[in-house]
Amino acid sequence: MTRTRKPGVSRRATLAMMGAGAVTFATPWVGRAQAKTIKIGMPTILSGRVAQLGTSSRNAVMLEIAKVNAAGGLAGRTIEMVIRDSKGQPQEAARVARELVNTDGCEILIDAEASSGAFAVHEVARDLGVLCIHTNSETSALTADPKQHIPNAFRTARQGVHDSIVGGSYAAAIAKAKGLKKWATCSPDYAYGRDTTAEYVTYLKRFAPDVEIISESWPKLFQPDYTEVVTKILQAKPQALYSCLWGGDLTSYIDQANIYALFSQMEVFAVNMADYTALTVVKNLPKGIHSGNRYIKTYPATPENAAWGDAYKAKYNEYPTNWSWENATAIMLLAEASKKANSADGKKVAEALRGLKIKSPFGADGTVTMRAEDQTLVGYAIGWGTTIPQEPYVPQVQAGDWKTIFELEAEWKKSKGYA
Amino acid sequence: MLPLDLDALTGCLASSACLVTQTTSGFIIGMLLFLVAVGLTLIFGVLKVVNFSHGAFYMFGAYFAMTTYQFSGSFALAMLCGAAGTAIIGLIFERGFMSRVYGADVLMQLLVCYAFVLIFDDVVRMIWGPEFKSMGMPAAFQVAPLFIAGGVVPPYYLLLIGVALAAAVVLGLGLVRTRIGKVIRAAAHNPGMVSALGINTGLIYGGVFALGGMLAGLAGALAAPVRSLTPGMGFSVLIESFIVTVIGGMGSILGALIGALLIGLIRSFGSLGFPLFTEGLMYLFMVIVLVSRPTGLFGREVA
Repeated sequence: MTRTRKPGVSRRATLAMMGAGAVTFATPWVGRAQAKTIKIGMPTILSGRVAQLGTSSRNAVMLEIAKVNAAGGLAGRTIEMVIRDSKGQPQEAARVARELVNTDGCEILIDAEASSGAFAVHEVARDLGVLCIHTNSETSALTADPKQHIPNAFRTARQGVHDSIVGGSYAAAIAKAKGLKKWATCSPDYAYGRDTTAEYVTYLKRFAPDVEIISESWPKLFQPDYTEVVTKILQAKPQALYSCLWGGDLTSYIDQANIYALFSQMEVFAVNMADYTALTVVKNLPKGIHSGNRYIKTYPATPENAAWGDAYKAKYNEYPTNWSWENATAIMLLAEASKKANSADGKKVAEALRGLKIKSPFGADGTVTMRAEDQTLVGYAIGWGTTIPQEPYVPQVQAGDWKTIFELEAEWKKSKGYA
Repeated sequence: MLPLDLDALTGCLASSACLVTQTTSGFIIGMLLFLVAVGLTLIFGVLKVVNFSHGAFYMFGAYFAMTTYQFSGSFALAMLCGAAGTAIIGLIFERGFMSRVYGADVLMQLLVCYAFVLIFDDVVRMIWGPEFKSMGMPAAFQVAPLFIAGGVVPPYYLLLIGVALAAAVVLGLGLVRTRIGKVIRAAAHNPGMVSALGINTGLIYGGVFALGGMLAGLAGALAAPVRSLTPGMGFSVLIESFIVTVIGGMGSILGALIGALLIGLIRSFGSLGFPLFTEGLMYLFMVIVLVSRPTGLFGREVA
C-alpha cells in the first residue's frame, strides 16, 4: 500500500534542513577550516626492522611542515599531515595510499616508502591522478624508465645510478693511485644489493679498467652472523672490498670483521656507512672506511646544512637520516611550487614543480632542481670520504661532479633503452 | 660467477692457514647455535613440547648483556646477567603459561609460543626501542687476532668456543653423574612414576625450562658484542637451531653439539666451495639425514 504525501516540504525534510542549518551556523569553523586546510597523505614504514627510517622521514616532514604552516601554508591553506604505517609491505602501501586519497580526502601524497612500496604507490598515483612525491626510493627505473613516467609523480630521493657513477669514479681514482687491482664484493642478496653492486662495479671498471673482481659474497638480508663471509674474504686476499650492506647488517659485519682485523688488510668501500644510524651505533668504528654521504650535517659544509641537522637533533634528540633530507626536500619543493603557482591545486603545483630550482641546505651548490624531463631531483650533495671514529665522522668529503653524472647518466639511459 | 668453486675449496683444504681459519669460523657459528639448540632439545626431551619462542630467550640474553655492560662496564657481569635474567624469564614463562598447555594439542602449544614471540618482541621494542643497537667489543678483546698455523683466530672467539664447550661438558656430566640429572632423565622417561616417588615434577619442569632459557640467554650474551641487536633477532637463530635439532635428533645433547658443529662447518667451508648455495647446502644436509635417519643422527627411536 502506498501512502500519499501532501505536496510541499515534509516534516522529515524540514527537520533535516533545520539540522543542517544548525550545524552550519552553530559551528561555522568547520566550513572555514575545510577550505583553509589541505591534507597531505603519507604512507611510510613505521614498524618492523626499518621503522627507524620511516620515523625519521616523518620527523623531517613535520619539521618542515611547521615552518611552511607558520609562513601561511600552501597558498594560504594550512597543511595537515595524515601519516600511516605500511609496515613496509607493498600491497599495504598501495592500500593505505588509496585510502588516504579516497577516504581521508588527501590532495597530495608523499610516498615515503622503500623501493618495493614506491612502485605500488606509483600505480595508485597513476590511477587516481593525484600529485605524488616519491621521497625514498632510489631505484633509478622509477623515474628513468619512460614507461613509469606520469605527469603527476615526482621524486626527491637520490638515484641509484648517480650514486654508482660518483662511487665508481671515486673508487677508481683511489684504485689507480694505490694500485688496487684485486677487489671483492660483499652485499645483501636481494634486488637492491645485486643491482647497486652491479652498477658500482660497472663504473669502477669503466674508470679503472684493470680492476678485477676476485671474490663475491651475497649474505642474506638480516643475516645474524657474517663470520664465514669475513673469513672467505680474508682467504681471497683482495686489495679492496666493496659493500652495500646497510643498517644493522652493516654494523654487525663491521663488528665481526673488526676482530679479524679485516679493515687493516684492505681498503673498504661501504656506500651506506656514512649515515648517522650506522655511525652512531658502531662502538668501535674503524678509521678510514670509504663511504658515500647519506646525510651528514658537515657535508655540504655550509651553515644552512649544519643548522638544519642541529635543529632536527634539538627536536628529536637524534640525528637525521638519509630519508630525512629526502622528505624535507619534498616539503620545501611543494612550498616553493605552490608559491610560484599561487595555488595548492595538484595540477598547478605539478606544473610549477617541473624544472623548479630552489635554495636547499642539501644542494651541492646550495640549490637543488626538480629536473623537468624525468621529474627527479638533481644537484643534491653527493660525494665520498673516509670515516673517523668520532664526530664529524667523515671530516673530508670529496664532491661528485654533476657534469660527469649528467653525461654518464644520459649514456646509461641510452644503453637501457630509456632515451 | 659459478655456483661451484671447487678450486677454492680444495685449495683451502690443502692450506693449513685456510683450514685453521675456516674450521674455527665453523666452530664459532656452531657453538653459538649449540647453546640455543641444546636448550631447545633439552626442553623437548623432558617436557615434550617444542618451544617455538626459544629465539626470544636468545634476544633477551643479548639485550640484558648490553644493558648490564653499559651500566657496569664489566663483561663478566654482562654474561652473568644475560644468562641469569633469561633463566628467570624462562621460569616465569613456563610456570605461568607453558605449564597450562602441556596436555593440550600441539597446535595450542604452537599458538601460545607464537603469541609470546610477538609479545616478547614488542616488549623489547618498548624497553629498548625499535632501532638496532650494538654492544661493542670489550676493551680486553680489542686486540689483534692470533695466528695459529697461519690461520686467523680472534681471541674473543676462543673465549666464546671455550665457554660454550664448558657449558656442554657441565651439562653432559651434570645429567649423567648428578642426582638432579638422574631425576631429570627419569622425569623425561616416566613423569608419572617420578611424581609418584614424591618428587615435585613441576619444579623439575620449571627448572629445565629455566636452564634451557639460560643457555639461550648465554648464547645471546656471547653474541652481543659481535652481532647487532634488534627486536626479532631471535627468529633466524631459531630456524637454524631447529635444523640443528632435527639433524642431531630431538632430545639428544650430543646430537645438538654434533649437529651444530656440522652446520657451522657446512657454512664456513660451503661459503668457499658453493658460494651461491651455502644456505641450500644446510637444508640439503638436513634432508639427507631425515631420509636416512628420520629420528636424527643421535635421536632415539620413538617407542
